[in-house]
Amino acid sequence: MVFGRSERAKARKRRGASEPLTLKILVAGGFGVGKTTLVGAVSEIRPLRTEEALTEAGRPVDDLAGVEAKSTTTVAMDFGRITISDELVLYLFGTPGQDRFWFLWDELAQGALGAVVLADTRRLADSFAAIDYFERRHIPFTVAVNCFDDAEEFPAETVREALDLDEDVPLTLCDARERASARDVLVGVVEHALAHSAARREPAAT
Amino acid sequence: MTDRWFDDAAGPVVRPYAMTRGRTRSSTEEAKLDLIALVIADRPGGGTGPRDPGDAEAPEEAPTGAEGTEDSDVHADRTLAPEHVEIVTRCRREPLSVAELSAALDLPLGVVRVLIGDLVDRSLVRVSRPVPPAELPDESILREVISGLKAL
Repeated sequence: MVFGRSERAKARKRRGASEPLTLKILVAGGFGVGKTTLVGAVSEIRPLRTEEALTEAGRPVDDLAGVEAKSTTTVAMDFGRITISDELVLYLFGTPGQDRFWFLWDELAQGALGAVVLADTRRLADSFAAIDYFERRHIPFTVAVNCFDDAEEFPAETVREALDLDEDVPLTLCDARERASARDVLVGVVEHALAHSAARREPAAT
Repeated sequence: MTDRWFDDAAGPVVRPYAMTRGRTRSSTEEAKLDLIALVIADRPGGGTGPRDPGDAEAPEEAPTGAEGTEDSDVHADRTLAPEHVEIVTRCRREPLSVAELSAALDLPLGVVRVLIGDLVDRSLVRVSRPVPPAELPDESILREVISGLKAL
């Protein structure tokens, strides 16, 4: 807890605030890939749910086939919290799984430290949209393959190839239910964000 | 003829926005309150710190037993909706993010944002400035997050 206190105090003074700095990491990926499970595995609180209500008028492209009677949609985002210190609080947001809610992603992605795209080897295509999204916006992200018990195991390189990932995007295997594994995934995201920010700063310095 | 007004899907959406008197946008200049912006409510009489100046060691949280007197000002304010009061009293106990308030009050984000905007206008709460979107936090902060996570 004593670690780096002076730096933090300085940073806080710079911001002129007495409340903690809040940060966020996004947990993205297809429906049912284990986003909320991962958030729950490391969060100090039971994952909470926040919702935004959409009306049909506002979102004409909503695909309501089969549920035509429903004229409103609720988009839910599950999130958790990790208090790093008195001055730093990290929030983890599970992004809405459906591709059509990009506009909510934009809000979520604003100011995010980074993201992890969870992938399931049985449905790799489900993670394409999230990978594209973060690539295009230059948001540092990693890919974590959630190893489901009944899924066939593939070497990381095979998955990387199948996802057509850039070399510098870290890819790991994880078990979203395991606290230690989920924690390592998050450490990987922040380490990648750190490398990303260092790489961005370098050309400017020379 | 009246059936259309009882469309079940209309319920959960329309009702929360009735709390905001139909407003879907917050009136504050801080316009879009970030999901992780912290809402802070200072105690009446100034300061978030210990209320008794002679007792500097007192914990910052309100003693739960004293709630009736602690927040009597907002409870007595009849211009505030119960949801406004709940936001103020929760945030006086500890700063809460916009997302946490939305979850705690079980209201859509848009509604909570409008309510928070009202309270900012009335100076009952203030909102922390999140990290500017274009800026990533300092590397020292990222390092601290890493070591904090590793210690979990």
